[in-house]
Amino acid sequence: MHTVDHTTNLIELKNVSFGFTAHDTVIRDVTLAVHRGDYLGIIGPNGGGKTTLLKVMLGLLKPTKGTVRLFGKDISKFHQWSKIGYVPQKASAFDPNFPVTVEEVVAMGTYARRGLFHRTTRADRSKVHQALEHVDMLEYRHRLAGDLSGGQQQRIFIARALAGDPEIILLDEPTVGVDVSTQEQFYHLLKKLNHELDLTLVLVSHELEVVARETTEIASINNTLVYYRTPEELAKSGGLELAYGKSLKHVRATHHKHA
Amino acid sequence: MLDLFHYTFIVRGLEAGIIIAIIAPLIGMFLVLRRYSLIADTLAHVSLAGVAIGLLFKINALFTAIAAAVISSVAIERLRISKRVYGESALAIFLSGSLALAIVLISVANGFNVNLFNYLFGSIVTVKQSDVTIIGILGILVLVAIASVYKELVYLSFDEESAKVSGIPTRMLNILLIALAALTVSLAIPIVGVLLISALIVIPVVTALQLRVGFKQTIVIAEILSIFSVISGIVTSYYLNTSAGGTIVLIALLIFVIVYATKKR
Repeated sequence: MHTVDHTTNLIELKNVSFGFTAHDTVIRDVTLAVHRGDYLGIIGPNGGGKTTLLKVMLGLLKPTKGTVRLFGKDISKFHQWSKIGYVPQKASAFDPNFPVTVEEVVAMGTYARRGLFHRTTRADRSKVHQALEHVDMLEYRHRLAGDLSGGQQQRIFIARALAGDPEIILLDEPTVGVDVSTQEQFYHLLKKLNHELDLTLVLVSHELEVVARETTEIASINNTLVYYRTPEELAKSGGLELAYGKSLKHVRATHHKHA
Repeated sequence: MLDLFHYTFIVRGLEAGIIIAIIAPLIGMFLVLRRYSLIADTLAHVSLAGVAIGLLFKINALFTAIAAAVISSVAIERLRISKRVYGESALAIFLSGSLALAIVLISVANGFNVNLFNYLFGSIVTVKQSDVTIIGILGILVLVAIASVYKELVYLSFDEESAKVSGIPTRMLNILLIALAALTVSLAIPIVGVLLISALIVIPVVTALQLRVGFKQTIVIAEILSIFSVISGIVTSYYLNTSAGGTIVLIALLIFVIVYATKKR
């Protein structure tokens, strides 16, 4: 059960705009907040700025306008990166020949907490084991990450994020290239983490149906934020039409074609 | 068999060679996995320009080689980060530019009266005791630096974006890695020479990667292969009266071919 204070802002964006050059604006004037315990889904058409928005939240891209606050602090003064876990889009497409075991990948998640020049402690190893247990991958810990299936690789990337003991995890299209039944298990795992560990989640996805079903909040973005409420109100509000510029049914068909 | 150890130049060559054999795959592991293999070759050519400067101004050529390589390595990385020049184009500019500078300096000084061959292909005969001391001290520096940021370099090589999100100073580590590569390359010149350095940095690592084991195990295997290639290369070259640098690289290459052919995916 949730006993979480939903009023605390973990991420706060105020009038944020971003463009790669002075003449183009990928996202424009976005204001939103991620509260503790939220499971926020970010949806929108390809090129609408979903991933860009996530990268601005993570400090990977610097906004051209507006402010980003993480855990109440301006992002330029924020240093507690261990509070934030990240599962990147390319997690499913990493170099399969990279010589790294599952355990070695998950251990990377503990580095942020410990700082430079640290040695691996027993506590770090126990965090790695716990994280692998959470995602049901402990028995694979000595296997090479490149030898696993796409779904299993996604689980170890979640475990890597968990090993850092984060309060929030941001995921960028985590199920790209993963089959449907594995996707179901994956979303079940995310829901479990949100409920049982009180983890705040931000999920960028093009799968409208999944986002509407799984998340507690939805932000729909097409360069600018066109909708930001609960999934229940989504269908009634016309937010999707605003985001995609077409009817939902038509959007789905078009989107799959381009995926 | 042990008669070769009576020659001090062989002992000095082995001492310097083993130090290089230890640090080369350690740096090579990160360069290969980050698709930076060619940077070793570029830095080697930059080192040659450094050697030419040293010979022209009569300064220890190892020092000028190190200075030229380290300064250029930082410049290459900055050029790459600027994204105004493609990464491999930056390497090509420095490789041919420094080779041109080396040739011009050598021709200005009428060939310096030294055998350029020694610098191009290595010559353990010319390794001085002071060189062994410098290689030893700077080799330990490279080892300590890599050991201090080993975990962060692994994370950076595997997934730079996530490493950045977790607060790892990726830009600083990239520059550190490339500067350490420059140092390693310059130190290896007396043993394998400018033209063969990248082979010593890359081949043992690529061979170890064929065995598909974890990161630490891959490094340990690459280290063993590298040390074996250097020792057996120097010993073989003594008996066959061949170039030590060339023999070392051929042995490393032979091991790669055997492992590649026997290890089916």
